[in-house]
Amino acid sequence: MTLSPEHLIIAPILIPFFAGALMLIYDERQRQAKLMLGLISVAATLVASIELLVRSKGSELTGGNDIGFYLMGDWAAPFGIVLVIDRLSAMMLVLTSLLALPVLTYAAAGWHRQGQHFHPMLQFLLMGLNGAFLTGDLFNLFVFFEVLLAASYGLLLHGGGQLRVRAGLHYIAVNLTGSLLLLIGVSLIYGATGTLSMAHLSMLVADLGEQERALLHAGAGIMAVAFLVKAGIWPLSFWLPTAYMAGAAPVAAMFAIMTKVGVYVLLRLSFLTFGVAAGASAGYGSLVLVGGGLATVAYGLVGILASQSLGRMAAHLVLVSSGTVLASAGFVLEGAGTGVLAGALFYLLSSTLATAALFLLIEPMSREEGGIAAMLALTADAYGLDEREAQPEVGLAVPGTLAVLGATFTLCAIALAGLPPLSGFIGKVGMLRGMLAAELPIPALGWAFVALVILSGLATLIGLVRIGIQTFWATESEPPRVLALEIGPVLVLVAMLAVLTFKAEATMRYMQQTARAVLAPAIYAEGVLGAPRTTETQEEAE
Amino acid sequence: MELVLSLAIGVLAASGIWLILRPRSFQVIVGLCLLSYAVNMFIFAMGRLTLSAPPIMPRGGPIDPTTYADPVPQALVLTAIVISFATTALFLVVLIASRGVTGTDHVDGQERES
Repeated sequence: MTLSPEHLIIAPILIPFFAGALMLIYDERQRQAKLMLGLISVAATLVASIELLVRSKGSELTGGNDIGFYLMGDWAAPFGIVLVIDRLSAMMLVLTSLLALPVLTYAAAGWHRQGQHFHPMLQFLLMGLNGAFLTGDLFNLFVFFEVLLAASYGLLLHGGGQLRVRAGLHYIAVNLTGSLLLLIGVSLIYGATGTLSMAHLSMLVADLGEQERALLHAGAGIMAVAFLVKAGIWPLSFWLPTAYMAGAAPVAAMFAIMTKVGVYVLLRLSFLTFGVAAGASAGYGSLVLVGGGLATVAYGLVGILASQSLGRMAAHLVLVSSGTVLASAGFVLEGAGTGVLAGALFYLLSSTLATAALFLLIEPMSREEGGIAAMLALTADAYGLDEREAQPEVGLAVPGTLAVLGATFTLCAIALAGLPPLSGFIGKVGMLRGMLAAELPIPALGWAFVALVILSGLATLIGLVRIGIQTFWATESEPPRVLALEIGPVLVLVAMLAVLTFKAEATMRYMQQTARAVLAPAIYAEGVLGAPRTTETQEEAE
Repeated sequence: MELVLSLAIGVLAASGIWLILRPRSFQVIVGLCLLSYAVNMFIFAMGRLTLSAPPIMPRGGPIDPTTYADPVPQALVLTAIVISFATTALFLVVLIASRGVTGTDHVDGQERES
């Protein structure tokens, strides 16, 4: 058997899986070994994802959109589970790995010593995320969601303490209920259409009978509720600020992409199933996305202004970010055009990186004298860890801490508020320009969106500047001791934002192609359903 | 039979939802269990109800699919049972941890002041 290059598609799932499993063999004290293993695994996943991204760009022949697929167990589509890689999923894979690398480095500064099994759980979270981005099968999507949720339950509780346990209890209860809704939705869709393959489903929708269509709509609606809970849409988002605030810094930063999984699945499924070609079902649920998204942005905006702590504010920034993308997805489903979607995808990339950087900054910024050492002693005590384990901080302290922290914080604030010159601005301009040019069925909603996007930027600026003044100018205490290992990852994230800004033209072109591909679901469906099995290809060759 | 099954699913789901909305964490976990039973039966029912028909078809030869039960929901429901069992066990651990840390079994970690 020859190892054909198609196997690369499954690499982003298998690499973290094996790395995580291997880590479990090591004793809890061998953290350095686990850390190295984790770094190697994330770096390998990143390389594989970038290679997949380059490949999905395709050539002139394929219209700049190449869809790769991987038939699990060589079962022909639509009977078996299929993994699909196209521009959208490749982009999300790269974003996940880009986020995981700084998070892992940051955790090495101390957080991974605060509890057990941080490294394996992070790997399993990555496996679930990558799987959810890659899969082309509804039930398999549920399974990968469970994988990433189970890992996220453990990560949220990482470090222990009353606040985390309480927030974790709510988070788990909400997500378990969400998973049950997801199951009801998936099985209803199977009952109505007889398929679980997303590609097959998108082909069947147009010709469904009246009764089946009603059932499909009900199933899709129930399933969407589960994803909307994860995306944090108002009014299903009340669990989110507390959970994100309670999580340890690297965990909260990694969770910045967790809402985006919900957004990604909604984007993928609604355009595949209820796109223009869906006949009587076209545009189903678009008003819910628009209305819910706008309400989420408004809620997040008020939340930012009302927050007293940076942690809560950052959680509300996550809400604003996912609300904006959800609302623009709804507008595109109503026919706002590729420009809005391209802008929204660019904004998603930029805001995810910026909120992750902000979550990593929170802990060093609000650290009191001897913060991390005291905290270490406390949790070591609570966890019954070995006394010898509570080593003093290792690593290099950064000189001029306040200046470095302040500068990174300002850059994060600029990117999040959408001020020029950083990437947040470009994404927002892209969305707004698309909105102004679009002809919508209800123009008032479009104007509400424009107003809310601009207002949310203003609120972000006011809120973050207020916190910044309190922390950097109006403080009398000694500057905190911050390790290079902690500030380094934040700088890397900010540098990614800068790269995104300098390479804005290339990125935007990629996003526009992606948006065009997402809006043409027939290419996806035909590509997946026509996927040849390996045995057939071999027989032909013989 | 359809009536019995749908009544069973409905009663289980209704009791589950009622219990999830209760303030004690133990009630919530029992509610989640009941709700997951309802969902599992619902998935099973989505393969349509067939009496005394095997889900596994013999190898080779043309067959009449109407004499067989739909095997897909049966496979799905097995997966769903295993996953919900595991996550319930995980939730139970967190629940006990919360009871130990906060000293109360209220879901908010503190009794409501009346």
